[in-house]
Amino acid sequence: MTTALVGLDRVTCAYDGAPVVVDATLAIAPGAFVGIVGPSGAGKTTLLRAILGSIVPRSGTVVRRPGLRTSYVPQLETVDWSFPVTVAETVLMARTHGRRWPWPSAEERREVSQLLDRLGIGALESRHIRELSGGQQQRVFLARALLARPQLILLDEPTAGVDVRTRHDVLHLLGELNDEGMAVVLTTHDLNGMAAHLPELVCVNVAVIARGSPHQVLTSEVLERTYGAALEVLEHGGMPVVLDHYGRPPSAYLSGTEGKSA
Amino acid sequence: MNVLLEPFDFAFFRHGLVVATLAGALCGLLGVYVTLRGMSYIGHGLSHAIFGGAAASAVVSVNFYLGAGLWGLASALAIGRITRRRLIGADAAIGVVTTASFALGLALLNRFGQVRKSLDAALFGSILGVSATDVWLVAAVTVLAVVVVVAGYRPLLFTTFDPEVAEVSGVRTARVDAVLMALLAVAILATMKVLGVVLIAATLVIPAVIARMLTNSFARMLWMSTAIGAACGFVGMNASYHLDISSGAAIVLVGATAFGVVFATTGARGRRRAHGVPDHHGPASSPLRGPLGPGTILGLKEVV
Repeated sequence: MTTALVGLDRVTCAYDGAPVVVDATLAIAPGAFVGIVGPSGAGKTTLLRAILGSIVPRSGTVVRRPGLRTSYVPQLETVDWSFPVTVAETVLMARTHGRRWPWPSAEERREVSQLLDRLGIGALESRHIRELSGGQQQRVFLARALLARPQLILLDEPTAGVDVRTRHDVLHLLGELNDEGMAVVLTTHDLNGMAAHLPELVCVNVAVIARGSPHQVLTSEVLERTYGAALEVLEHGGMPVVLDHYGRPPSAYLSGTEGKSA
Repeated sequence: MNVLLEPFDFAFFRHGLVVATLAGALCGLLGVYVTLRGMSYIGHGLSHAIFGGAAASAVVSVNFYLGAGLWGLASALAIGRITRRRLIGADAAIGVVTTASFALGLALLNRFGQVRKSLDAALFGSILGVSATDVWLVAAVTVLAVVVVVAGYRPLLFTTFDPEVAEVSGVRTARVDAVLMALLAVAILATMKVLGVVLIAATLVIPAVIARMLTNSFARMLWMSTAIGAACGFVGMNASYHLDISSGAAIVLVGATAFGVVFATTGARGRRRAHGVPDHHGPASSPLRGPLGPGTILGLKEVV
């Protein structure tokens, strides 16, 4: 695993009380595209923070490839939407090194506008961040992360609170970035709409329960250990589809964000 | 017209006017960060803490800026210490330390000071005590603040908006917070004579809130708030002379009037900006963040 971008070895993390992540061993290889799934409070975001380096593990080691450029896209609901920033101002925040003047250089302006064009929000540069749809807001923070030209991008619930089309768009865009060589790690509650489409999943519930392709880990046995609930897995068009006992997709009630992701 | 120009014949008024205008601009500029970070209560607390130091240094005849500055620093450290125990929220810690410091200042002045006069001046601001040195001091602090805000524009903005992501993006957020806190303390110290202990927090908050109602852009909010603060200082100081009221009160009243006018004329749109109306993601639920962490919750939303 010496080639990994980030390697976690028996990492345990805690805030004040009981550990949130226990004994997690995980390696993020260059070009990886990994989804972290698990119930609410399972330590998904904490695991992401450990990979990111924003939390110091209580025990275990995190090894990061020297000079690794990492970017982070936070959950939309943690953003202060009343803060007075336009789309362009938000994206440019990420460029904190080098330039000393508050206003952007011509080069930076060009870079931001190309990035926003690519993400399909080119015309919205001078809008306030609250005047956008959920999907557009997600793209603004993605653009901010991409401006740093990361080799590894970490996203916390990138599809929570967005509509189906935006979910497709975000997934597509991340796929494209991954094809270009960027490693992508994200957390998601959405087993059918998101996780089943990713090449690799990590199931967590405080500990890492399983790791593998959706076909390998989206099984009744692994899901029961992850969620503590009996779930049925069907196959539809070559893809696993997770159902609960009542034949209802589980993401809504497992995530506690019912109604947000559809 | 002559009536309006009359006070300019007096050196003390000219000094006072320059200091009030600069102090307004300085507090307007820093107030943007103070309100957006939910640090209004810290500004309020710091001025009260510094008052204790000012009183103590008057009693033992130490230089005002030295004594009050050290006292303010000690209070800030004490607040940080108490907060770290975690049992007590930062807002409560600020309440305890700064009111105790304020009370001690009062007691010292009651016991040893020329009570009425010096107390009124310290609490509500006075231009009578403004010397040429004070003018230069406020000017220097204003220049320093502008330099810091311009040179550190992006790290300051990033840390204020999104401290966690800023930290992992390579911004030294602890250092940014410390610089801002130090700048705030120095600004309060330098402007306290004119604005007064009790009213200084208002000059930090009002221009920023007015600017927020007028714009959605951070860059514009910065210069607007500075300009509004300066205008309030200038107009307020003139009003103070003509109406024979304390300078701090006049400046704050001018600001409050401007707030009322903007509030009424910008209608629902401006109010929504300043309030932070919940959108489809639910309320803006990020923990309000002073450098003292969660709990410093008397932010923009609470003040308006």
